[in-house]
Amino acid sequence: MFTVIGERINTTLKKVRAATENRDADYIRGDVEKQVAAGATYIDVNAGARIGHEAEDMKWLLSVIMETTRLPLCLDSPDPAILEMAYDMVDQPPLINSISLEKERFDPMIDFLKGKECRIIALCMDDSGMPQSVHDIFSRAQLLVKELEAIGVARDDIFIDPLIQPMAVAAENGTMAMDSVEKIMKELKGVHTTGGLSNISYGLPQRKIINRIFLSMMMARGFDSAIMDPLDPKIMATLKTTTMIQGNDNFCMNYIKAVRAGEIIA
Amino acid sequence: MPELKDITENLISCDITALLDNVKSALENGTPAHDILTHGLIKGMAVVGERMESGEMFIPEVLMAAHSMGAAVELLSPFLAEGDISSAGRVIIGTVKGDLHDIGKNLVILMMQSVGFEVIDLGVDVDSDAFLKAIDEYKPQVVGLSALLTTTMPMMRKTVEKIVASGKRDTLKIMVGGAPVDQSFADEIGADLYASDAGSASKLVKTLIH
Repeated sequence: MFTVIGERINTTLKKVRAATENRDADYIRGDVEKQVAAGATYIDVNAGARIGHEAEDMKWLLSVIMETTRLPLCLDSPDPAILEMAYDMVDQPPLINSISLEKERFDPMIDFLKGKECRIIALCMDDSGMPQSVHDIFSRAQLLVKELEAIGVARDDIFIDPLIQPMAVAAENGTMAMDSVEKIMKELKGVHTTGGLSNISYGLPQRKIINRIFLSMMMARGFDSAIMDPLDPKIMATLKTTTMIQGNDNFCMNYIKAVRAGEIIA
Repeated sequence: MPELKDITENLISCDITALLDNVKSALENGTPAHDILTHGLIKGMAVVGERMESGEMFIPEVLMAAHSMGAAVELLSPFLAEGDISSAGRVIIGTVKGDLHDIGKNLVILMMQSVGFEVIDLGVDVDSDAFLKAIDEYKPQVVGLSALLTTTMPMMRKTVEKIVASGKRDTLKIMVGGAPVDQSFADEIGADLYASDAGSASKLVKTLIH
């Protein structure tokens, strides 16, 4: 099953920031309800934008969201203290966003993860910067899986993020992501791959068509999760249609159901 | 005979073949290399910057225009005297400590160089001491701080504070930019300038220091 990580509750987005600042629970509730209805698997929660207020904002957002949905949450912060607090609040195993190989991030995150019941997004980033090749991405993925398995994290709980980079700045960025996903899914059997899908279209016009086609192409190579906006109906239609074509939709039932519901329109 | 406005137009439309042909014939016809550079190419890149800012042109076109300009400047360089390439100003720029993102910063560098600035790139993950050292060494008119992460924005504040504490604050202007940064953050940390994209960065810096 494809894992949709709904990216909308992020205080770097203007409306979410304002709602958080004004403690406008109705806005947050409404947005989360829509994400749930649209088919999100996890709701990502990032409270990092108001510097100095992350702890209180995260606490408030979590309490509002947990009144709204039973979906598991994706706790999005680089700060283990914030994650520790958030982890104690949630009532089912969260997805943690994220660990990377950057020294200052890696060590505290490993300490945090030890003994916890959760899943983890692992970024293919290290102290030398963004990956430049399939080899960079794969070797970092391999190391992350090795280190996470060493502290008892199961492969099924690891979501490798190959770091999708924009087509606008280099023509090989699309194939680099796709080739990496294929290699990771084949050679690190059992892990998942995820990532910020819309990075691919940064700097180009008509971004949504790029995002949709890229999602299909990535899925064909094994990509089985994305950090994305489930309220974009066309990308959700692409997701369901691609799932059907991949043979993962018994008797095409979900596809047909979505068409009847008006969610998929040719 | 090609006119300078044709060269400007070729650059804006990223037509590198026509651009290089027109630069060659302009040189053959005795147009001073300095005029081709200033009134043809730099003028064109200023338009590219404006159109990027307004959303009419996109990043790949900006890269293509800059690449075309580079090729044209190569043709011009044997004919340019030392004094012909007068710098619009000296800028040092880097992505702050803890942040390894460089796409935005590199675009800003490209645009600023294209409109005549001398830019010293300090790279990514630059701590405040490295900024101070570069300020001592290069005596820039402008210092640019870039960050893509909300978590590294406090490092911008820290870097500005260090520059203030060093006593060099009055000798330079500070520009900040990056996805999570906005005008109110720039004001809050005491930066002189916030730029939302590479096109506006090059334009705003020009107005700021001239």
